[in-house]
Amino acid sequence: MIPELGHFALVLALSLALAQAIFPVYGALRDRANLMAVAVPAARGQFVFIACSFAALAYAFLTNDFSVAYVAANSNTALPWYYRFAAVWGAHEGSLLLWVLILGVWTVAVTVFSRELPMAFRSRVLGVMGLVSCGFLLFLLTTSDPFTRLHPAPLEGRALNPLLQDPGLVIHPPMLYMGYVGFCVAFSFAVAALLGGRLDSAWARWSRPWTTGAWVFLTMGITMGSYWAYYELGWGGWWFWDPVENASFMPWLAGTALIHSLAVTEKRGAFKRWTVLLAILTFSLSLLGTFLVRSGVLTSVHAFAVDPLRGVFVLGLLVVFVGGSLTLYAWRARKVHSIGRFELLSRETMLLLNNAVLTVAAATVLLGTLYPLAMDALGLGQVSVGAPYFETVFLPLGIPLLVLVAIGPLLKWKGDRWQELAHKLRGPVLIAGSALLVLTWWLWQVSLGAVLGITLAVWVAAGSFQALRERIVGRRNPIAALRRMPRSITGMLLAHLGLAVFVAGVTAVNTFEVSRDLKMRPGDSYAVSDYSFRFVGTHPIQGPNYQGTEARVEVSHDGKSLTVLHPQKRVYQVQRMPMTEAAIDGGIFRDMFVALGEPLGNNGAWSFRIRLKPLVRWVWFGAVMMAIGGVMCITDPRYRRLLARDAAARHGTAADRLSEART
Amino acid sequence: MTPRRKRIVLVGLLLTGVAGAAALALTAFQQNLLYFFSPSQVAAGEAPPDYPFRLGGLVAAETVERESGSLSVRFDVTDGSQTIPVTYTGVLPDLFREGQGVVVHGQLGAGGIFHADQVLAKHDEEYMPPEVKEALQVSDNGAGASRGPMGGAP
Repeated sequence: MIPELGHFALVLALSLALAQAIFPVYGALRDRANLMAVAVPAARGQFVFIACSFAALAYAFLTNDFSVAYVAANSNTALPWYYRFAAVWGAHEGSLLLWVLILGVWTVAVTVFSRELPMAFRSRVLGVMGLVSCGFLLFLLTTSDPFTRLHPAPLEGRALNPLLQDPGLVIHPPMLYMGYVGFCVAFSFAVAALLGGRLDSAWARWSRPWTTGAWVFLTMGITMGSYWAYYELGWGGWWFWDPVENASFMPWLAGTALIHSLAVTEKRGAFKRWTVLLAILTFSLSLLGTFLVRSGVLTSVHAFAVDPLRGVFVLGLLVVFVGGSLTLYAWRARKVHSIGRFELLSRETMLLLNNAVLTVAAATVLLGTLYPLAMDALGLGQVSVGAPYFETVFLPLGIPLLVLVAIGPLLKWKGDRWQELAHKLRGPVLIAGSALLVLTWWLWQVSLGAVLGITLAVWVAAGSFQALRERIVGRRNPIAALRRMPRSITGMLLAHLGLAVFVAGVTAVNTFEVSRDLKMRPGDSYAVSDYSFRFVGTHPIQGPNYQGTEARVEVSHDGKSLTVLHPQKRVYQVQRMPMTEAAIDGGIFRDMFVALGEPLGNNGAWSFRIRLKPLVRWVWFGAVMMAIGGVMCITDPRYRRLLARDAAARHGTAADRLSEART
Repeated sequence: MTPRRKRIVLVGLLLTGVAGAAALALTAFQQNLLYFFSPSQVAAGEAPPDYPFRLGGLVAAETVERESGSLSVRFDVTDGSQTIPVTYTGVLPDLFREGQGVVVHGQLGAGGIFHADQVLAKHDEEYMPPEVKEALQVSDNGAGASRGPMGGAP
């Protein structure tokens, strides 16, 4: 009964989504307040029904209702309850339901936090979001119903892929989706602004916190995915340029460009058309990511679903949303005029270059991801584009970006003087220059790439600190000046510092990583740089739904005992699937990674993979710093004051509201 | 500088940069494309001799041989009609076993032996790399037909 209710709730949600898509937009066009008033209750009601539907599916999972085909395919009584819950989004149907649920969360958030927006504008925003929701609810109901029953119901389910039985799965997809779907808000703001013909700095100000919020979630989602891959399936790698990773990385790059371009549009009223286009492109890349992952066109572990109908449907959605919004853009963008002239040497120019680099980077990832698919589809042979391509391309793109990141925040808006810039850059140049000399002397025989990478990281960090210094040096009370500094500036500098930490981590781990495959008998030990790994022996283990073997490896450093690692080899009962659980000893400056391969011969010997990864945690730590910086920008109290001022100015004249509705 | 000239300079700079990046990306692209070949195609001499590529098929039954005392392993990759011997040194993936679909990355060496530096076996029993599936279907022997549906569930 409950699964049927869940299905019915989805149908109701679809009808409310339709109402939310049609009436408010029409009402805004015809200036009918009663029609526009439909937007908020429809959006909230839709969310309630999607939440009911989601709860029904979760209930089916938690109570082991194997008469539901999706539950039987992805769950099992031996699974602990939290993985049964996470299994809701372990495969295609459920993760799509999660997608619309999260869209509902964002829509409700818009209804709650956008009271100060003009009514017509808010109606259009919610209307566009309702339209997106319609598309995905239709997709769910027609091709991927998670509530289909099985007759007869099996006694036991097929269980979740062991790879996905991990705390990472509980949190990674929701985070990633919060990011993907969050860009829908920026997209809806842009489309609503195009529909209304009103694109001013207030529009950018409304749009900014939403965009940054989505970006923060996407950053955290990607970071978690990377960490999960590292300890769960990567044999110690943290990024593989796998198409699924690229699918989330493209909207991230575009979204990063968007938050920078929105800054210019808000502060200076420039780049308007570009910002709108970028908002459309960012969400399009999110949709493309959903298409790539969900349609099963990819040849990777993540391609759960292989069903041509679904692929065609998602492709259709993609064409409708991307094509429709771009057509609207082509039609309406001519009416938009940028103001705000600026000099060649100005913060605007720096942000323009930032956008150019990030967009090109997103385009190169797009090329590398789609080309093999296109070749295959056209029957021109099967090719793949691996990490070497992306690494070759990202190096020359990354260098100018990193050089500019340090300079941008030091420049004034509108225009600055070269002498002043030179003066401000003395410190960073001195610091980065000394770093370059020391590193060259130390590492020139090892790797010039490492010298370059770490020097750039130092340069970005020094530039960020210089920007901080500019704001407090010379003030009578530096501490008070530091405290008065807008939180969004601190957030920006923290995010840039995070980039420096990230670059240092990537460089170190790429250059100095040591990786060995070897065979050890019990009692053998093996030295990797200063560390010695001693294989003591193995013993059998029994988990809740798996059996396996655990090895004991004692690690010592310079003769002193350091730690004991327990890598495992598991075999999951239901699916008879072997899984390697690597043992990792993490640290700020290095990770030790030991994975158990397979038994060799009959004297107890095993193959092992041992890795020493210097600074690998900096990769994730830097990304987390970026995300924290983003959170600081959103929570800047100055922001809310500006929004309140906008609203007050509007409410000042009652006639103003009516004229808003007419635009 | 007049605003107009400034804009021209800016646009010129951007265009040069983007064009440079595009040229670079395309060059990198050309150099790093990895082709996939089936054992039949390799046997027919379609694969380049001194250039890395990917080879896919099933690990032929009773061909996996471990060299004692080392991590070297030898096995045959087959698509039902042709068979290519492969050597590899290192830890094999969890799902590597006889009869399982694999994709190996490496180069053809002397005597038609493929020297792999990477062995990929996908993380799902029922999952078969699409290239392998196709290669099996193309080859006359219908060895692939009896296998389960590909990747229907995670």
